Amino acid sequence: MAASDILRNAPTAPCNPWPRHVLTPAAWADLVAALQAEASLELLAMWADAQQVHTLFHDSRNGGFIPTSVQVDAGVYPALSPARPAAAWFERMIADLWGHRAEGGTDSRPWLDHGKWDQHAPLSPQATPSLTAPELPEFLPFEGEDLHQIPVGPVHAGIIEPGHFRFTAQGETVARLEIRLGYVHKGTLGLMRGKSPRIAARFAARLSGDSTVAHSIAFARAAEAASAAEAPPRAQHLRAVMAELERIANHLGDCGAIANDAAFPLLLARMTFHRERILQAASAAFGHRLMMDCVIPGGVAGDIATEGSPTILRALAAIEAELPELLRVYDDVSSLVDRMVGTGIVRHDLVAAFAPGGFVGRAAGRGFDLRQSPGYAPYDGVQVPVLATADVDGRFRIRASEISESIRLLQALLAQLPDGPISVALTLASGEGIGWAEGFRGDIWHWVRLEAGQISAVFLRDPSWLQWPLLQAAIYGNIVADFPLCNKSFNCSYSGVDL
Amino acid sequence: MVWRSIARNLKRGPLTIPAEPVSEPATQALAERLAASAHQRLGRSLAIRMVDAGSCNGCELEIHMLNSIVYDLERFGLHFVASPRHADVLLVTGPITRNMQDALRRTWAATPDPKFVVAVGDCAVDGGVFKGSYAIHGGVDSTVPVDLVIRGCPPTPAQLLEGLCVLLEANAD
Ligand code: SF4
Repeated sequence: MAASDILRNAPTAPCNPWPRHVLTPAAWADLVAALQAEASLELLAMWADAQQVHTLFHDSRNGGFIPTSVQVDAGVYPALSPARPAAAWFERMIADLWGHRAEGGTDSRPWLDHGKWDQHAPLSPQATPSLTAPELPEFLPFEGEDLHQIPVGPVHAGIIEPGHFRFTAQGETVARLEIRLGYVHKGTLGLMRGKSPRIAARFAARLSGDSTVAHSIAFARAAEAASAAEAPPRAQHLRAVMAELERIANHLGDCGAIANDAAFPLLLARMTFHRERILQAASAAFGHRLMMDCVIPGGVAGDIATEGSPTILRALAAIEAELPELLRVYDDVSSLVDRMVGTGIVRHDLVAAFAPGGFVGRAAGRGFDLRQSPGYAPYDGVQVPVLATADVDGRFRIRASEISESIRLLQALLAQLPDGPISVALTLASGEGIGWAEGFRGDIWHWVRLEAGQISAVFLRDPSWLQWPLLQAAIYGNIVADFPLCNKSFNCSYSGVDL
Repeated sequence: MVWRSIARNLKRGPLTIPAEPVSEPATQALAERLAASAHQRLGRSLAIRMVDAGSCNGCELEIHMLNSIVYDLERFGLHFVASPRHADVLLVTGPITRNMQDALRRTWAATPDPKFVVAVGDCAVDGGVFKGSYAIHGGVDSTVPVDLVIRGCPPTPAQLLEGLCVLLEANAD
């Protein structure tokens, strides 16, 4: 049976806006087998609750989004990773947090659980005290002549989050990179349970500080979907203003840092200067430089200050005036272009298999943007740049063009802010909802289940879940010295996937 | 193009904001504490090693801005170094996750004496919003001794600068 037929025949559970297909383990096993032949069904997210393992699929043929679940039987479910390699990290995370084991999975080593918590499977109702620390997982074995390993981290050399990178190199050339994360696991999902969406929003805002606005929007939209509420138009506009400011600020900071990693600090100096102006404008408009806690379920926490709009427009005008010149400088410096072009290429078959969002996907021909599809208010007619080079240069160029597009969007949004209230109160509803937002890294998905207005289960999916594994592959065959460049061009979030 | 751009920037003059005067009482308090604990002073140039021990990365974003031309940390004699073995100061962010506690302790041990620990951000004080999680050990002082706290979620670059200048002044002979 084709995967789509298996899904069509399955009973559904209510979930807003897309009903969730619930499969028996046997039907799920059939689905996994069918997926091997159906590459168009992309895996976007995978998570769990006490009884089920949930996934979100995207059908790239018709643009449909299909939440699908499998019943966990005696702590086990058939693994998805043989058909979708991106499922491997999710399966390891699910085993560590909920204790559900993926039978037949490609990788069953622990992931977030480093043996330091005082309990196993902390999100499962049967969380057990952990008496023995598990063995540290072995890194993947390697065979070959003249190979050596370079261990890096968890404490890295720069001002950056912690993680462990294990390089296997032959001379200067990287033969394998294996990334081990989980160091900044804070138990965010557990802390959110039993709280109202308003209170839990503080945790969504702190999943990954650089995407605080985008995660807050995705969470608010999920909570609103679960309680069948909608934020007023003015709130939706203001959210988009904040989200585009966040996108510009991050792209400026990262584009500058990429150039700096290729030993060209001029772009860093100029771009961080503009980044600072954007952050100051955000502070003038919304009272916080990163706009943390400014988006709340039901709307936004406060209206834009009167001087906000002109301050933002001035900062944007300054970028508009200088960005073309900075990009010409980038094109002119051959030593810079030499480091960027052809470095860290993501293979197209891996892009198809992992379905990465954001600039990682867009630089590799996958023009997926949630502001376009499935879309959400107030976005309309967003231009999404796409390239096929899939290298550091491509990701840099995509991000530079996204800055221009966000400036255009902001100017339009600020020119037509609708009047009206900025928030609605959420009722003490029960229900399940999915919310999404396009962060600067790509597609963010949140799923929330409410019981009488309190969160009983939740998952926050940062775009980095589908991008980190590709960074491991992109560095293959490159020299070790180009890793910082590749890494910065991805700039995946550690905290975002460590949960 | 590059030269034209550089020339234009030279003509424009510096964009760095002037330094705020350092808070006297805060410096005094820290200096007294240092004297009381017979803490060896380090002089007017401090090497800083940043350790993220569990942050959401918001604090790092603002720490990064200290290196920008707007705040230009190095004009004060403060600079970031890549290794704890080169550092005088550890700047620690985040609630201390259980998974990072060991690494923080070892980074601290690798930093030569005399050394200072600055806890940055509300999380670093006592775990902040993450307090009470099974995965969190506590604030920075649950793991290594803390000399100075810079609050905020995240603290702004101006607040960070102010805190670091207090450290610098208190260390001046
Ligand atoms: S203090 Fe705030 S910004 Fe800093 S790590 Fe904690 S939550 Fe993030």
